[in-house]
Amino acid sequence: MAAFLLRRLGFMILTLWLLSLIIFFAGQILPGDPGRAVLGNLASQSSVQALDHQLGVDRPLLTRYLSWLGGLLHGNLGTSYTFRSAVEPFVRAALINSVKLAVLAFVIVVPLGILGGVIAALYEGRTADRVISVTGLSLSSVPEFVSGIVLIVIFGVTLKALPVTASAGPGAGVFNQFRHLILPAIPLVFVLFGYIARMARAGTIEALNSDYARTAVLKGLPQETVIRRHVLRNSLLPTITVIATQTGYLIGGLVVVETLFNYQGLGNLIYKAAVGHDFAMLEAGVLIIGVVYVVATLIADVLLTLLNPRLRIGGTQ
Amino acid sequence: MSGSIPQPVEPGAASPVDPVAPIDRTGGYLGPTGAAAVVAASRATPARWRLLLRKATFWAGASIVLFWVVCAVFGHAIAPYNPLAQQLLAANAAPSSAHWFGTDQLGRDVLSRVITGARDILIITPLATLLGTVLGTALGLAMGYIGGWFDSVVSRIVEAILALPFVIIAFLFVVAVGSTVLSITVIIGLVFTPLIARTVRTAVLVERHQDYVSASRLLGENSARVMFGEILPNVLPAIVVEFTVRLAYAVFAVATLSFLGFGIAPPTPDWGADITANYSGLLAGYWWQTLWPALAIASLVTAVALIADSIEQVLSA
Repeated sequence: MAAFLLRRLGFMILTLWLLSLIIFFAGQILPGDPGRAVLGNLASQSSVQALDHQLGVDRPLLTRYLSWLGGLLHGNLGTSYTFRSAVEPFVRAALINSVKLAVLAFVIVVPLGILGGVIAALYEGRTADRVISVTGLSLSSVPEFVSGIVLIVIFGVTLKALPVTASAGPGAGVFNQFRHLILPAIPLVFVLFGYIARMARAGTIEALNSDYARTAVLKGLPQETVIRRHVLRNSLLPTITVIATQTGYLIGGLVVVETLFNYQGLGNLIYKAAVGHDFAMLEAGVLIIGVVYVVATLIADVLLTLLNPRLRIGGTQ
Repeated sequence: MSGSIPQPVEPGAASPVDPVAPIDRTGGYLGPTGAAAVVAASRATPARWRLLLRKATFWAGASIVLFWVVCAVFGHAIAPYNPLAQQLLAANAAPSSAHWFGTDQLGRDVLSRVITGARDILIITPLATLLGTVLGTALGLAMGYIGGWFDSVVSRIVEAILALPFVIIAFLFVVAVGSTVLSITVIIGLVFTPLIARTVRTAVLVERHQDYVSASRLLGENSARVMFGEILPNVLPAIVVEFTVRLAYAVFAVATLSFLGFGIAPPTPDWGADITANYSGLLAGYWWQTLWPALAIASLVTAVALIADSIEQVLSA
């Protein structure tokens, strides 16, 4: 197992390095002249050059990449073009906010999705299955801003039951923060429900059709015990992978939800950096999303190896 | 390579084929069932394709898409008003017999803008998906057929790109090069390329060791001819499935980009951009300005997802 994990870790580092190349290319090479982008078309050439020099973007590309990469390894994410100060505190605060929203969405959707998937599997091919599966498909194919707008119209504007901005303001209590986050969390729940339910359903059906489940039924165990002790344990393995891969989406796909509800998270940070041509901030935000995804995938791999004896003994994949 | 374990398959057991598969919005995670569908699709016969005509979900999706295509082509003739004509005295009017969907902040007819707003999204999405499919197929064929170090290197790069949510990476590049119909089309096509390449690679790996491939190699055909003349026709059904799945995702992505303000520039009617432009009106209670374009996007995404899902079901049943 150690060899397997080491291999995964090596791949992870390789992936992150390639990711840094892609982001550097998109953030530093494609946009052309950052000073011009920040100051606009009306600025004089000399002030653009001065800013370029101040930002260090008039150096050769390789030097810029190496110093950027070196900074990253020391935890220095760069200097914001707009704020002219370190990017790191902005990214840190935004990440914490995004994690709050993501955790709330996960806490709602994981039990709901697994429950939905298991129920659909138990009623495979019947009405309950069709209803759950079609609902999942419809909900997860609708963009977040569409479901968000429908929710705002219903709960925020018509019923006035929930706040339509996500930030509760500084110093707000936990409950107040929670109340503000409910509406933004629901579009994320909608999207994720379909995936989790789908994987839980497929896993459960497979486990239900297995020999060990049949044996458990034949030896007279009550259905509830069969499902709880024999089926669920095996069916939830693939679901864990899905949940982990969705973490990347959740942290990254927040761009839309956070913009819609004006929440100061990572997505909103990326959006504002893009609008303001603050490429240093943009790169840092995108890189963090990549890191979160890669780390979540690694955690899923470790969890799977711990939970699945076949992999633990087999060693490599 | 996202850590999913191949589950032991029971001989004779019903395979857990999903009745519905949500569109893939994280950027192409194919679960165990997704990979199975790809393989199944490459074994499909013409008789299978005819089953499509008996599926209600296919007809529902196809008629909605057809409706929007008609709107895109004949929009300006069908629309009751000029979508650009401003009537400032009739601004923010609620839906009435004169303006079925009401008017927006500038007094423009919302119904007319929804009808004509179909055009750009319906031009960009098929072209972008086609571009991605052509490039992805070529790359995937090469990865699967040549294999070896070439496959390993490209696979790592593909994995690094997939570590970012699709919308984020498209967003990053659109911000860097600017948004025009052409740039959005090319960027979405290029971002799709690795996703589609991976699927095609999976299908090619299945075909590669078939007798007909060995036979044509023994006959002395060169690699390009084996790849494009022998293997390609056999993996074509899988590519068609992939195309429709990606098409649904492209609709979603284009709508999201334009919602974020990186789509088609105003005043051209565009669903996503119209939502953003009238978002402040939503909070003031003018729900019709945002709700109708939002529902238009939802209907188009869901319709394409239904078609993709029907095709996948028919081929993998």
